[in-house]
Amino acid sequence: MTDRDTGILRDEAQFKRGLVARQFRGTLWKRFFALSTLIAIAALIALFFNVANRAFGYVISEYEPDISAVVETGDVRTLTNDQLARLIATYAENRLRVIIRNNLSVVANDQFTTAPLSVALAGSTFPAEWNDLTINDLEAAAWTQIISTNLSHERLVEIVLTDIVDETIHETFMFSESLFESERIQTLAAETYPHATLYFRTWIDWNFITNPGSSDPTQAGIRTALLGSLWVIAITILFAFPIGVGAALYLEEYAADTPLNRLIETNIRNLAGVPSIIYGLLGLAIFVRTLSALTSGAWFGITDSNGRTILSAGLTMGLLILPVIIINSQEALRAVPFSIREGSYGLGATKWQTIWRNVLPAALPGILTGTILGVSRAIGETAPLIIVGASTTILSNSPPDPNSPFSAFTAIPLQIYQWTARPQDEFKTIAAAAILVLLVVLISLNATAIILRQRFRRSLSA
Amino acid sequence: MTHVLSAHAFELKNTNVFYGDKLAVKDVNMTIQRQKITAFIGPSGCGKSTVLRSLNRMNDLIPGARVTGGVHFNQQDLYAPNIDAVEVRRRIGMVFQKPNPFPKSIYDNVAYGPRLLGVRNRRMLDEIVESSLKRAYLWDEVKNDLKKSGFALSGGQQQRLCIARTIAVEPEVILMDEPCSALDPIATQAIEELMKELVKQYTIVIVTHNMQQAQRVSDFTAFFSIRKEEETGGKEKRWGVLIEFNPTEKLFATPDHEETERYIRGEFG
Repeated sequence: MTDRDTGILRDEAQFKRGLVARQFRGTLWKRFFALSTLIAIAALIALFFNVANRAFGYVISEYEPDISAVVETGDVRTLTNDQLARLIATYAENRLRVIIRNNLSVVANDQFTTAPLSVALAGSTFPAEWNDLTINDLEAAAWTQIISTNLSHERLVEIVLTDIVDETIHETFMFSESLFESERIQTLAAETYPHATLYFRTWIDWNFITNPGSSDPTQAGIRTALLGSLWVIAITILFAFPIGVGAALYLEEYAADTPLNRLIETNIRNLAGVPSIIYGLLGLAIFVRTLSALTSGAWFGITDSNGRTILSAGLTMGLLILPVIIINSQEALRAVPFSIREGSYGLGATKWQTIWRNVLPAALPGILTGTILGVSRAIGETAPLIIVGASTTILSNSPPDPNSPFSAFTAIPLQIYQWTARPQDEFKTIAAAAILVLLVVLISLNATAIILRQRFRRSLSA
Repeated sequence: MTHVLSAHAFELKNTNVFYGDKLAVKDVNMTIQRQKITAFIGPSGCGKSTVLRSLNRMNDLIPGARVTGGVHFNQQDLYAPNIDAVEVRRRIGMVFQKPNPFPKSIYDNVAYGPRLLGVRNRRMLDEIVESSLKRAYLWDEVKNDLKKSGFALSGGQQQRLCIARTIAVEPEVILMDEPCSALDPIATQAIEELMKELVKQYTIVIVTHNMQQAQRVSDFTAFFSIRKEEETGGKEKRWGVLIEFNPTEKLFATPDHEETERYIRGEFG
């Protein structure tokens, strides 16, 4: 009764109590939001730690054959060319001619053993009296002399490390173990593997980036997969960005608001949620099979390839992220105020001039954001790549690095998947290193897009 | 478009404007004089903005908008099938209620129109920008900041920038849709003085809610009002009509219609 009499104002005490309750509710919500952020950050840190933990740490390793007997310092790099050549001769006498052929021969492989040295090794240094002899007329000491005088020191060290000495890793340890349990690891190494050395290995290093795939985890690198991923992403962007923005422009600026167009828009939104493996099946049917003449490069004169190429994968990924780009571009275009279009038309601009000079630049930051989202998704996708037939591993000798849209390829997520599926611990470790590479690629692509976006934004406002 | 210079720029004969099936303005008849300021006044919803926007086919942007009867400009029907709305709008420029500079630099805002027409020569553009900003009385305030964004200006400066932008394409007419409603009194005064300068070269039509403004600046005033009709089912049909069109002095001193008199005395509705 009294409340009604004084209108909406209540008596003082009741108001105070109500105020405390209202403020408390606000505080509760604020705490909840802070907690949500905290959980998200904790999850990210856990993920990053989990990956980084594997990529660095102690390893117990042993060289086979044990060269420490020959090399007193334990480091082959300190040896002279002559010593290195003799080391190779000692452990791999039967490979000497192959090494000469691979590094020095200037004739075809089938003529190497029959041609006189003056022809086969033209340009190399050797005694003049060998000019008319063939390689098979000589003996091991001569072969050793040839590689010792003609190959660079770095090349000889490389040959010793890859062809002669084989590093076997007995055990790997995680970063956390290496940090907190180094004594236990040292005793374990000393007791179990008395001849082995224990050292801290950074699995992700320049060699890991530049080496091709290998069945030996100490030699395996990410180069082929990294190049494959970059090729696929480049094609994905080239395909999906113009078509996505074009479709968004048509739907937003030209298409009338008819039931049919609304149906199309709704369906594009639904497509964004379709599982990626289904896009893989679509890509297999369309790009790999039906359009194989295009995707294998047959139309461009490439004969030794099938439809399972970078082009197929890039186009499939493009289809996958097309809805994301369309939806986000539409939102960005819709956010451009009508007053700006009106101003442009009011000056006698045509529709296209208005779109090209005013609407599109104003919407570009939003369009780029959508593209970042799409591309980030594409980089990490694995399922469609498996379906369209990416190779899981490409070793150093069989098909080389991808060098055109019509190359066979592998990609980082696939390489990670393949490595984690192996039983040996070392592969799990390099998988972690590969994940770090993937994260770096992702972050640098996103950073590029964000910098571009900020630049456009600045030119629009300040 | 032919150029026959008669005393009047626009001639509206029994003009109706529709939005879809809905009649918005009915039977407007008036002639708008060349190089004079004509003000449209009237209550909200009377269709004065709608009529203004039909003068340069800005209504075309609204889906379903349609004009019947004639809107003649220099004796040419603007809605004839051989007339391109793009050309109409270049000859009949428009300044809007809310200042709407483009998200570009001051220079690019003014150069926008000439560039649309294909002017690429840098010196020529420089000249156009300078002379347009001077005619809009903005040059002295911005001549050192031409690279700055149009958004960096105050509301009144933004509106003068929009006027400069309109002048830059050398239109014959400037339509102004409540150009001062978002501005403070000082900025309003600046725009009004600018209008009085501009009318020496241009025909100006202005929509305003402010009767004092109409009295201060205009030579002719058109008063619009609303007609209602009960429909079956309790719905109400409303449309705008032109009540009176007279020289401003006469309309405010001795209006021909009682409805006009009630409106300017503030007794409307």
